[in-house]
Amino acid sequence: MINVGTVIPERSFTINRALLKSYADASGDQNPIHQDEAFALSVGLPNVIAHGMLTMALVGKFVTDWAGGAQKVQTFGARFIKPVIVPADTDVDLTVTGTVTAIEDGRISIELSATSAGIKVLGMAKATVSK
Amino acid sequence: MLNPDSVGRTFAGAGSIAVTQSEIDAFASVIGESDTSVAPPTFSIRATLDQSEAILSDPQVGLDWSRVVHGDQKFEIFTPIKAGDVFTCSSTIETYRVAAGNEIVTVRSDLKAGGVVALSSWSTLVVRA
Repeated sequence: MINVGTVIPERSFTINRALLKSYADASGDQNPIHQDEAFALSVGLPNVIAHGMLTMALVGKFVTDWAGGAQKVQTFGARFIKPVIVPADTDVDLTVTGTVTAIEDGRISIELSATSAGIKVLGMAKATVSK
Repeated sequence: MLNPDSVGRTFAGAGSIAVTQSEIDAFASVIGESDTSVAPPTFSIRATLDQSEAILSDPQVGLDWSRVVHGDQKFEIFTPIKAGDVFTCSSTIETYRVAAGNEIVTVRSDLKAGGVVALSSWSTLVVRA
């Protein structure tokens, strides 16, 4: 039974350089800050960072798995507040949880939380899905 | 700097966008999604990338892509995207402000099929000073 306050169990995704390359190819976003460490450092970043939209795509997977498929998702939004930093030869985590905040007119509203290495990377992350 | 005359204006993308199963499959595979009967909720970013970049870098808009950071993103999905869909894309510069030298632009992109909006997305782009 889904109620306001129902917690969607936490789940952890793994992000590494290989995944960034796959996402760059699948999305068409070949910005070098997501692949080239020397370039990322040259523009003042601490290291290569994940595409914000990759982070959001993984959180989207968390939502669709819970909701019963991508066709259930009506709205989905987030603010990119901190980058997911991805050093070479390292797996970093993206840990996602969610809480049901409203149920009305056949729509379920969910508030989402996403952290990497304990740091909150998305703000105002929300989705609405059909029942 | 962004051309202030472009704020509030809507720009049509050139031509149409045809969604293929292989594009959906590739995008879904990255996030471990095996059901590719409909596209993942953020897939439209793939479909609109080329056209929205072309629209925003057009001299009459004047966004400097080399300094853009993605601030936030929102999707409203009216009809899930499937392989075989053919869309037109338009982008509207909804808001524009300058804060601490950074330009902050909100762009809405609409994907339409047969004149009906299937999906709207909002991107806040920050052009760093």
